[in-house]
Amino acid sequence: MTQSTATFVNIGERTNVTGSAVFRKMITEGRYADAVEVARQQVENGAQIIDVNMDEGMLDGVEAMRTFLNLIAAEPDIARVPVMIDSSKWEVIEAGLQCVQGKAVVNSISMKEGEEKFIEQARKVMSYGAAAVVMAFDEVGQADTADRKYEICERAYKVLTEKVGFPAEDIIFDPNIFAVATGIEEHDNYSVDFIEATRRIRQNLPGCHVSGGLSNVSFSFRGNEPVRRAMHSVFLYHAIKAGLDMAIVNAGQLDIYDDIDADLRERVEDVILNRRPKGEGTGTERLLEIAEKYRGQKGAEQVKDLKWRDKPVNERLSHALVHGITEFIEVDTEEARAAAERPLHVIEGPLMDGMNVVGDLFGEGKMFLPQVVKSARVMKQAVAYLNPFMEAEKAELGTLDKAAGKVLMATVKGDVHDIGKNIVGVVLACNGYDVVDLGVMVPAETILDEAEKQNVDIIGLSGLITPSLDEMVYVASEMQRRQLRLPLLIGGATTSPVHTAVKIEPSYRDAPTVHVADASRAVGVVSTLLSDDDRPKYWEDTKARFEKIRVSRSGGGAKPRLPIEKARKAAFATDWSAYEAPRPQSTGAITIDDVSLEDVAPYIDWTPFFMSWDMKGTYPRILDDPKRGEAARQLWDDAQAMLKQLIAEKWLTLKGVIGLWPANTDGDDIVVWTDETRHEESARFHTIRQQMVKDNEQPNFALADFVKPVGTGPDWVGGFCVTAGHGELEKSEAFKQANDDYSSIMVKALADRFAEAFAEYLHAQVRRKFWGYAPDEALSNEDLISEKYDGIRPAPGYPAQPDHTEKETLFRLLEATDRTGVELTSSFAMTPPSSVSGLYLSHPDSVYFAVGRIEKDQVESYAARKGWDLRKAERWLGPVLNYTPGA
Amino acid sequence: MTRQDRIAALKAAAKERILILDGSWGVMIQRKGLEEADFLGERFKGHNSQMKGNNDILCLTRPDIVEELHNAYFSAGADISETNTFSSTWIAQADYSLGDDVCRDINLEGARIGRRVADEWNAKNPDRPKFIAGSIGPLNKMLSMSSDVNDPGAREVTFDQVYEAYCTQIRALNEGGVDLYLIETITDTLNCKAAIKAIQDLEADGMDKLPIWISGTITDRSGRTLSGQTVEAFWNSVRHAKPFAVGFNCALGAELMRPHIVSLGKVADTLIAAYPNAGLPNEMGQYDESPEQTGGMLHGWAEEGLVNILGGCCGTTPEHIAAIAQAAEGLPPRKPASTTPAMRLAGLEPFEVA
Repeated sequence: MTQSTATFVNIGERTNVTGSAVFRKMITEGRYADAVEVARQQVENGAQIIDVNMDEGMLDGVEAMRTFLNLIAAEPDIARVPVMIDSSKWEVIEAGLQCVQGKAVVNSISMKEGEEKFIEQARKVMSYGAAAVVMAFDEVGQADTADRKYEICERAYKVLTEKVGFPAEDIIFDPNIFAVATGIEEHDNYSVDFIEATRRIRQNLPGCHVSGGLSNVSFSFRGNEPVRRAMHSVFLYHAIKAGLDMAIVNAGQLDIYDDIDADLRERVEDVILNRRPKGEGTGTERLLEIAEKYRGQKGAEQVKDLKWRDKPVNERLSHALVHGITEFIEVDTEEARAAAERPLHVIEGPLMDGMNVVGDLFGEGKMFLPQVVKSARVMKQAVAYLNPFMEAEKAELGTLDKAAGKVLMATVKGDVHDIGKNIVGVVLACNGYDVVDLGVMVPAETILDEAEKQNVDIIGLSGLITPSLDEMVYVASEMQRRQLRLPLLIGGATTSPVHTAVKIEPSYRDAPTVHVADASRAVGVVSTLLSDDDRPKYWEDTKARFEKIRVSRSGGGAKPRLPIEKARKAAFATDWSAYEAPRPQSTGAITIDDVSLEDVAPYIDWTPFFMSWDMKGTYPRILDDPKRGEAARQLWDDAQAMLKQLIAEKWLTLKGVIGLWPANTDGDDIVVWTDETRHEESARFHTIRQQMVKDNEQPNFALADFVKPVGTGPDWVGGFCVTAGHGELEKSEAFKQANDDYSSIMVKALADRFAEAFAEYLHAQVRRKFWGYAPDEALSNEDLISEKYDGIRPAPGYPAQPDHTEKETLFRLLEATDRTGVELTSSFAMTPPSSVSGLYLSHPDSVYFAVGRIEKDQVESYAARKGWDLRKAERWLGPVLNYTPGA
Repeated sequence: MTRQDRIAALKAAAKERILILDGSWGVMIQRKGLEEADFLGERFKGHNSQMKGNNDILCLTRPDIVEELHNAYFSAGADISETNTFSSTWIAQADYSLGDDVCRDINLEGARIGRRVADEWNAKNPDRPKFIAGSIGPLNKMLSMSSDVNDPGAREVTFDQVYEAYCTQIRALNEGGVDLYLIETITDTLNCKAAIKAIQDLEADGMDKLPIWISGTITDRSGRTLSGQTVEAFWNSVRHAKPFAVGFNCALGAELMRPHIVSLGKVADTLIAAYPNAGLPNEMGQYDESPEQTGGMLHGWAEEGLVNILGGCCGTTPEHIAAIAQAAEGLPPRKPASTTPAMRLAGLEPFEVA
């Protein structure tokens, strides 16, 4: 869902000829391309609506409005947000309304020309399907006191909702923000009047909104940006509390209230709130006294950086946690400890307070996962510093501390992937839970024994590859058998609510089983499950939801499938007699051990890297994402820094093997021959065919379709296995020992990327050199990522061949374990985890596809070909079955 | 039965069951193998440009065929049949060198034919009335998309032109006796907004008020309209029409349309309607999905409570409609989503201020 809900809305003000001289110049000179860039910047800087105003005496407002809106309609980055059509002339507004397909906001209509005109315009706004800003302006004039502002708005509200039928929620009142600190005494109370009117409007006129043009308030300090920005922040701080829910602002330039210099903030506050100042003179005079000091200060950031060091220690700890700064953590923790009665109080007090702030910001979507993990790093280091003191105290007093709850986490047997699990662990730990992490490849027995021994409150299971799903079902049934009665959390890339509902939950009915979609949900779920008040209802709800999923699955679960014979007839067909397969330079397996990290770094696809941190979005666009951009850039910077060091210090060693063999297709299998005489089989890759009913004449693919059938002439297939995992575990463990989970996870995420990049790099080498069918291929990394080359490298366990056991054949042919040190687990996961393997197929029409669900007839055929019994085939193909085995 | 009675009956029927719309007209007309002379009729003999392919003109030149198709779809089980007026605006008819006056006549006659057929059915079987929806198509010119790759600001038509063209069509459909409007196959929400404004303005001037059904088109898997809006943004942009029903048609078959109908159903506090194509066109531009396949998929939708109105678009035939009617038979209609009031704005994406 792309829906976003806002509580305070930033309306971009820069595309306004009356407010921005730069923009006015662009428009009057007809430099619309530049003007469009201003709009883009506004959106990039976080404007959620953009205000467009073309009210300039020298301009044809109608024409300028139309031209500009038509131009930004063609820019998806800009057009994604709604437009606020801003003009004092109705004909300009109407021209604007005729150019926007979305639901826009009109700014503004009012009763200044009487009620009749107001009603007429409001009706038109409605018929164009827009919302409207209504100015506190009537026949007498613009309202300045709180009473007048409120009275006009109340009257307008009644007219709109009762006479016009205008939806209250589409009314935005603008009770006029006027300049304060002008030296004229009558102006001193303007802000207070605005804030007071806002309060009354929001209290008494249900449904409506309040907005204002923020920059007016600081008009008298034109040219002194720092003071203006302080005034804006202070004004917003108070007006938002009173109910202001949107404002026209310069989205790129809002300071955090807490970050404003205290002296300046107090004087600004005196002016905004029209308070009698502490010192001599009026509020305006007192602000003027210091205003010059700030003029010309540009980077508020630089001032900020060290400013926070002047704060009391508790606030410094909180700041360090929120901003993820470890630099001063030991000094500050020591200071807090020295002042505290017990070291534990530092954790329970300032540190937990800070983490609560982090938790709140995360919950509100103002912080993102990488930032939270950095916060956790700060927390861990602080706790590590305090630990010896607590141990000493414990020895002295013999006390025990109690955590919020104990969560056991494990990646199940056969699976080695743990980035997601580690992130969840960190997030839980920094929310005060005691996390027992059993690591990867943990057998069910160990999980359950440890759970009993360590007296945990919850068990969390993680897995990335499909066979792990079965293992989770087994763990659940064992929990049932042993009557463990602990809530069970299920997470990881292949898990799903459906699988949890259909397979896991029915095996374990003694305690709640919950599927956790991503790390951000973990804390909420765990705290609910541990709360005696919330758990019963939550459990009921979850059970009901799962029941619903099961019911809907049992009804329409099976999808229409073709009989396998029919699907085989619909195989990808080509005229094999007219096709000559490219002959490789040589055949057999070759060890690749001379590729350096520098060689493959350019092949890294960064999008999945961000995904592994729960940050969904495409690289590089994610860096400019208005919401996630800041977090993404931080993460990017950290990743680049580590990448540099990782390469320079050779933390990882790349090892790989490729093989090319004579091969031909036999039915749905690919036969690999011992040599070019093509008499003796050395191995057989079994492939699986799509059985879905297709809308048109699309083939029902199997990987075997892309290799020449026996008897139609020579063809070849290739295989590969690469790893970037040598060195990974040692390094990530070292970071973990140093209480730096952030870096520990980062190493793993980068190693994963290196493995993928190495695979991409090697595939290019194979196409250009070893197999040599595309010697002149020159593709950019983007082209590689979007697979603009001939041939594919499908991996067993992925959609085109969902059976992980095929890796065994591949590994045998490649002698992969000997040549690369990569081993297969009992579930056929590769370890070290940062490894990739697959086949190479060269046919120019070969494509990636998803096998989808398959029928029993094919499973029977597959089992026979693999020499398995049906039950074994159903186990390994469990995730793609279109039927319930044994049913 | 007066029109007010019929509208009341339509609303009552929608509460009780899933209503069925008719299917494609194009494919049925194509099967007739008509010649230029059929299209020209008496009235346009000697017309200065080709008329063949202008299906709407048959309302004037071969009303017997139009009547036959309404009957075919009603017989198949459709509750609602559309007038044969999809392209009857001067902007769309400019391709055939026809102007606003002819467009008025097509819409008026198209509505009258539909009215006549439906009245005959209703006289025989008053308990299960049939309804006529005035088809209002998207135009071949768009208001929010550039007509010139080198000039993103270029537009071939103005809002006022689109608005006036729709005014003529709507006035004539209303006069001819339709029971509701169906603004359909919307590729550009701004065009649709012009049609909505035309209806609202004409009604403010005293024209009979009729229910509005708005049907957008999600053009591909990206889940956006051709003009780039997401499903929810589209809904936010048209909900001021207070439509009787909203939904999607065309471009996709049932399989690919499903997720978009689901997301629309989550946000729209009105009836949900869907009339997908018979799958995706094959290399020859034909639709292969069988009535059973379409019916089977839509049966699932009905069972899951996703929809209030079902029908067919390109490639569907009376056999498809019969299968769909059977698939929906006896299953309860969806309950509209309940929403809390909030300011719901939209650009290409939705934006809500609670």
